[in-house]
Amino acid sequence: MVLPEDELVEYFRAQMRKDPDMASAVAAIRTLLEFLKRDKGETILGLRENLTWATDCLTGVDSSVAVSSGGELFLRFISLTSLEHQDLSRCKKVMEERGELFLEKISMSRTKVAKLCHTFIKDGAKILTHSYSRVVLRVLEKAAAEKKRFSVYVTESQPDSAGRQMAEALRKLNVPVTVVLDAAVGYVLEKVDLVIVGAEGVVESGGIINKIGTYQMAVCSKAHNKPFYVVAESFKFVRLYPLNQQDVPDKFKYKADTLKTVQNLSEEHPIIDYTPPSLITLLFTDLGVLTPSAVSDELIKLYL
Amino acid sequence: MADSGVTDGPNKKDEIERVKSEGKDLTKEEKQRLRKEKKQQKKNKEKKDDKASQESEKEKKSATSAAPASQPPTQLPAQKAPSAVPAPAPVPVPASEAPAPADKPAKSKAELKAERRARQEAERASKQGKKGEVGQQAPQGKSKAPPSELQPVVKRLPEHIQVDNPDVLKKLAKKLERQQTPGYNAATKIPLRSDYGYKVSLFSHLHQYSRKAPLTQQLSIPSTVIHPAIVQLGLQYSQGIVAGSNARSVALLHAFKQVIRDYTTPPNEELSRDLVNKLKPYISFLNQCRPLSASMGNAIKYIKKEISNIPSQCKEEEAKSKLLNCIDCYINEKIVLAAKAIAKYSIEKISDGDVILVYGCSSLVNHILCEAFEKSRKFRVIVVDSRPRLEGREALRRLVQRGISCTYVLISAVSYILPEVSKVFLGAHALLANGYVMSRVGTSQIALVAKAFNVPVLVCCETYKFCDRVQTDSFVSNELDDPDDLIVTRKGKTQLEDWHQVDSLGLLNLVYDVTPPDFVDLVITDLGMIPCTSVPVVLRVKNVDQ
Repeated sequence: MVLPEDELVEYFRAQMRKDPDMASAVAAIRTLLEFLKRDKGETILGLRENLTWATDCLTGVDSSVAVSSGGELFLRFISLTSLEHQDLSRCKKVMEERGELFLEKISMSRTKVAKLCHTFIKDGAKILTHSYSRVVLRVLEKAAAEKKRFSVYVTESQPDSAGRQMAEALRKLNVPVTVVLDAAVGYVLEKVDLVIVGAEGVVESGGIINKIGTYQMAVCSKAHNKPFYVVAESFKFVRLYPLNQQDVPDKFKYKADTLKTVQNLSEEHPIIDYTPPSLITLLFTDLGVLTPSAVSDELIKLYL
Repeated sequence: MADSGVTDGPNKKDEIERVKSEGKDLTKEEKQRLRKEKKQQKKNKEKKDDKASQESEKEKKSATSAAPASQPPTQLPAQKAPSAVPAPAPVPVPASEAPAPADKPAKSKAELKAERRARQEAERASKQGKKGEVGQQAPQGKSKAPPSELQPVVKRLPEHIQVDNPDVLKKLAKKLERQQTPGYNAATKIPLRSDYGYKVSLFSHLHQYSRKAPLTQQLSIPSTVIHPAIVQLGLQYSQGIVAGSNARSVALLHAFKQVIRDYTTPPNEELSRDLVNKLKPYISFLNQCRPLSASMGNAIKYIKKEISNIPSQCKEEEAKSKLLNCIDCYINEKIVLAAKAIAKYSIEKISDGDVILVYGCSSLVNHILCEAFEKSRKFRVIVVDSRPRLEGREALRRLVQRGISCTYVLISAVSYILPEVSKVFLGAHALLANGYVMSRVGTSQIALVAKAFNVPVLVCCETYKFCDRVQTDSFVSNELDDPDDLIVTRKGKTQLEDWHQVDSLGLLNLVYDVTPPDFVDLVITDLGMIPCTSVPVVLRVKNVDQ
């Protein structure tokens, strides 16, 4: 193990600090790429095992779904090429090149998503969004750049008040923004034209895992017949299939530190929830604009 | 062709008359009229062919080099022609030229035009190869495109759902007779099973047989056309001794193994072709005993493919052992190992403290529950049952034997116990290409009530049960079981025993129904967990693999 666990974690945190705008999954993938470069393993199988171990370490630091899905996809992408070379170092070089390519692709993904989504925001639209999502911010930036006039309602999103951060960022763009209570979603929905949220993970059924409060928002928008849009990059697609809220694995529901320190998880509040595909109108990804049923097709293509 | 139906032995005539008495009554004049019309249609078609070939020659003479934009019209008629040609039926239908009777002229005209077009395309393709000039084809394509675009795409219905059409029945009778090996007399042919009792009008297009009159009683001894293992299998199917999708497929494959073992290639014949022809009458016979299921259909397709892929240089012993091996592999991969894979995925979905509802007796669901119990998951099961088959009792027996705590209810109590249930596990007979689940009658009811209570519904199905058919309701294609099964004797009184006497009374014993994909939350297959809408993707991936 050339790169021991704490160094790995330190590198990861450094990446996160360097660019706070970067998704945690991208930082994780950068870390994994660095790990790959420094790894002195003798066999490809050994290399794979090390990478899987590294992904697990990183999930232990930041328990979001995207980190684990990003890591798995990274591993798949780099090994999805002919590794028939006799020389291990040549194989490693090929894998590193693929890794760089993967990183390049996903750093472009937010721009692609923004390009697809901003056309759905019409002039004079009132948008509701939940908590702080960098992808949604990018979409709204693009829409503002296209000289569209719109106003935004953001939920406060307790327990960490991430909604206020979002409101700050939007004020800088000169977009009229109102912060509402999480409990006021039903009240505000009749004034709103569309709902856009980000996602921490997109599951096989086409549903999403996102900050707690998203499910409520989806149910209310269904009741009001307002379109519910989700924006997510493709590296967030994960091979989970929850049937209901209870079925989401505990390791995603709580923050990583909580998982390590707390004995009785039933007293803790989960920080994410699951929104089933029947409540989602469309998903905007860098693979295109998808309906929830098309997500499974894309996943089959990615993984099988 | 029509004449042979009259000049055969007396048995044939009796059967046709019995068949006709159920449907329309065709008098002699009507029969003659039909015969004349068929001849007319043949003549018309030949005339059209001559005209068409004359037209095409004229156009070729006046052809000029056309722009590449006219290429798409060439593609269009080429694409419409194969789609207008009849869709493949589950039982091979003989390629008769004019099957439709006088009251459906539009259908036969369209079919004739389609066949003519298909032949023209073939001619055109061969000429294209010779000349290598594309420009000449374009103006032909253009002129053909407008008529083809106006023509609706007509597909031929499979014959097992046209029971109320007497011509289809006549055709079936002739086909069964034709499938006997040449050289044997009419007494050793495959008999046509006749329908029993009054059929409810909504389902009059389906067969309804009586269990008390098995097909094997009409077979003469010695029945040299049909292998005894197949006769045994047919009897087991029709009497319900072998029931359940997996059991029927496995029994079928074992019977075919026996057939292959006892097979000897006749002189001057090739094993790959002759064996397939030998299997055809067996399959028709089994279809008469009980309609084939989707899984059996897929298994038969696989075997036929394997047989026809046998190289001609292969020695008979080698070929036979190869085929037996293939069949064993198929059973192992698609059924046994698939069950293990599905159990592995399902166990992730069963958590401690679950209350699981199952319906009827599905071998796969029972396997999953037993495996989960071995892996020490703590759950209890509610078995829902329904008349007249009462298959739930068998499931109950199997589960209780393993020590799983079970509750038993009838389907009428399903909305009463559903608030207690945390998950519903259902088996499937087949998964259709549009995501609908075809399963034992009562399944869609349970899925509907579960949806209303927000209880997740999981369907477990192996991939060999996926079929290309599309169905949105349970009426179009179904199976009618023996109506006498619904008669029950309680306290010495049998209420329905004289149901034949009452003219307006019909007993309906449906076997299958279809569940729409909105009610199903998850499908667990050997490839993994997929949503119901992804079935066509799996079919596509499978076809690419093959």
